[in-house]
Amino acid sequence: MHEFAVLRVATKQLLPFIWLFALYVQTHGDYGPGGGFQAGVIFASGFILYGLVYGVGKARRIVQYRVLIILVALGALIFSGVGVWALFAGGNFLEYAVFADDPAAGNHLGIFIIELGVGITVAAVMTAIFFAFTGRSH
Amino acid sequence: MDPPKGKRLIVDFAVILIPVLLVLTAAALIWLHNLVAVVMLLGFYSLLMAGLWVILDAVDVAFTEAAVGAGITTVLMLAAVGLTGQGERPGQGNVLVALVVVAVTGGALFYALSDLPPFGAADAPAHTHVASRYLGQSMTEAGIPNVVTAVLASYRGYDTLGEVTVIFAAGISVLALFSRRHGDRKN
Repeated sequence: MHEFAVLRVATKQLLPFIWLFALYVQTHGDYGPGGGFQAGVIFASGFILYGLVYGVGKARRIVQYRVLIILVALGALIFSGVGVWALFAGGNFLEYAVFADDPAAGNHLGIFIIELGVGITVAAVMTAIFFAFTGRSH
Repeated sequence: MDPPKGKRLIVDFAVILIPVLLVLTAAALIWLHNLVAVVMLLGFYSLLMAGLWVILDAVDVAFTEAAVGAGITTVLMLAAVGLTGQGERPGQGNVLVALVVVAVTGGALFYALSDLPPFGAADAPAHTHVASRYLGQSMTEAGIPNVVTAVLASYRGYDTLGEVTVIFAAGISVLALFSRRHGDRKN
């Protein structure tokens, strides 16, 4: 892998921007195109790019398998947890309006949290599938 | 407000060019037998679709198509091809049966096309049901400017929860199938 100097340097320069862009897409889905799904995919693509250029083994050491599998479940749990939280707050399942005195503010909060859940699960699943597929070829 | 003339010209051109390229790409997909080339063309197909979504003003869909269809799916499919080999196995199924199924299905779809409302019609069923409520009320009800996010995350939050569950299940299934490998690798 030492021969691809340009790829390695360019990847290292690109990674922070990829992850920053993913966070931007995650948090600005309310205002423009984007949301948890796209953000999760972009976030995972950072790890995949790193794995492709630096080797999957090295990428695996950064993203531990055990952490990954927890994150896969965590995102889905956050989403459904918000739904249950709304039940306890006196509303219907996933009725975010009950989270704040102002229904719009409650909705905004609920949407932000469930988008976070979507992003976490999507990013973790995409990374995990890539690791699973590439781990077998060698 | 109408877009400036130059932009309109580009859109008019792309509206013809992109479907033509889509058909050509699909035709090439059928003829090619090298799976790496097929995967690359599938990515190209998704990128064309993303361009088409942008022209139709569906930027959220375009974003997803570009990121998922053209981006990550291509990488994952390439990784899968790396596991299975590049050559396509010669087909053993009955070509005639497949041709009849495709012709009947395609014919039915084209027949149904004539019943669709004209493109962009204001009185199309899709625009007269809940859409006006979403477009008119989402800012005051959900408090966010992007109607698409309001629909996906709030009005249709239950559907999105289902989608996340599907992704979760897919991820867990892949991990379960490949988990032995991870066990070996533990250090």
